[in-house]
Amino acid sequence: MALQSLDIKRRSATTIPAPAVRVAATTEVAKLIDTSKCIGCKACQAACMEWNDLRDEIGTTTGVYDNPRDLTDRSWTVMRFSEYENPKGDLEWLIRKDGCMHCADPGCLKACPAPGAIVQYANGIVDFHEEHCIGCGYCITGCPFDVPRISKRDHKAYKCNLCSDRVAVGLEPACVKACPTGAITFGTKEQMQRDAADRVVDLKSRGFDNAGLYDPAGVGGTHVMYVLHHADQPALYSGLPARPVVSPLVRLWKGAAKPLALGALALAALAGLLNYVRVGPNETDADDESAARREKERANG
Amino acid sequence: MANGDRPELILRYQPAERVTHWLIVVLFVCAAGSGLALFHPALFWLSGLLGGGPWSVVLHPFVGLAMCAAFYLLARPLWRHNRLEPRDRAWLRGIRDVLDNREDRLPEAGRYNAGQKLLFIVLAACLVVLLGSGVVVWRIYFSAYFPIWLIRVSAVLHALAAFGLVLAVIVHIAAAVWVKGSVGAMTRGTVTLGWAFKHHRAWFREMTRPTTGR
Repeated sequence: MALQSLDIKRRSATTIPAPAVRVAATTEVAKLIDTSKCIGCKACQAACMEWNDLRDEIGTTTGVYDNPRDLTDRSWTVMRFSEYENPKGDLEWLIRKDGCMHCADPGCLKACPAPGAIVQYANGIVDFHEEHCIGCGYCITGCPFDVPRISKRDHKAYKCNLCSDRVAVGLEPACVKACPTGAITFGTKEQMQRDAADRVVDLKSRGFDNAGLYDPAGVGGTHVMYVLHHADQPALYSGLPARPVVSPLVRLWKGAAKPLALGALALAALAGLLNYVRVGPNETDADDESAARREKERANG
Repeated sequence: MANGDRPELILRYQPAERVTHWLIVVLFVCAAGSGLALFHPALFWLSGLLGGGPWSVVLHPFVGLAMCAAFYLLARPLWRHNRLEPRDRAWLRGIRDVLDNREDRLPEAGRYNAGQKLLFIVLAACLVVLLGSGVVVWRIYFSAYFPIWLIRVSAVLHALAAFGLVLAVIVHIAAAVWVKGSVGAMTRGTVTLGWAFKHHRAWFREMTRPTTGR
């Protein structure tokens, strides 16, 4: 690799180990999104478009602030707005910047059948290499967060790559750079966890007793983390899953089933061959022919 | 009537049946090859069969549909010959004798023996599951209409049914290569009288009975 910070830790549909000599030389990175500081300005969305040269189609308003309405192949991050009436009867505007969570145990990568179409760098970023993508959509099936989108134009899968190109040269992701309130920060995963812990203490002192860090263990932790005022109810934030995991079905399909099925097929073919050479071909000989002829003549009187 | 050295032949498969069968073979090789390529990375090279990964994704579902349609055409008239009967139970119990080439110890078979009937049923069942689950996981046209849990269930079912289908086909090929005269039945259409007598005695009687014999 030309860029050491982009050393590959895991590569989709690859059975041999990734180059590992330099792994863990650099630390893992993370983006921390503090929902309690977000004002919903969408500067992050604009910065994402700008840096990644993405221009989505102009949609139509649907009566909510979400714009565009959903993640698309050309909108890799979307602010999701939800209006929550808390038990005191007050309105809370919960805004969550949605996009790829960069799981430590990525379901998309597990499901992907195209060698090298999805990679996980040593720094934790999960990146799609569209030139290897075959457009099957298995990444969507594997993702616990419903993030990847297949383009209708080129039938390749797209999502946030945590500005892997920027991070590789020591810059923070574009959304982090643009955020005017400091709601999005970027650094080592460890540092971000420490920052989040401080902020959680702060929030708790301000009456948010259930404030906490969203770094779900079910997917091995994520490299995009949220500080939530209501960490006990992630679903309030436009359906953020409380306990995301790579579906057991996907694990079966792209885990145990693969070697078992392939082994069974190989054994079946081998058994067929070996039984053939054990007992020899099953042939019809002249005796069978004459017996058959006699039988037929008898039947015909 | 046969003369001394040339065995008498009887028709087992019509030209239309042979053509359909071999059409299914070609479609199966393409569908199974491209499918296995996406199932296990060790077999990704099989995607070359249809022109690479993206072309496999594009063509595989259409090839699969064509295979299901062709199988339906071949299977519909053969269905009645493949219904399991009480005597098939004894045949299956004697599977050891089957593998040991001791057909003389087995109960006589009709047009198809119990093993062939089971194969037929497994093929048909797997294709039905593959068709249904295949529509759900057909990303470009259909997946958007289904919930994610159903797509995941379908992905597993599709793989499972494909495994069953490929396994059944391996058994089918092994048996066809092993039992000499079977390949001829599907290429020339005919088998010798002795072949029918040895392997499908009940069918042989039916075919040589004065009123219905051909």
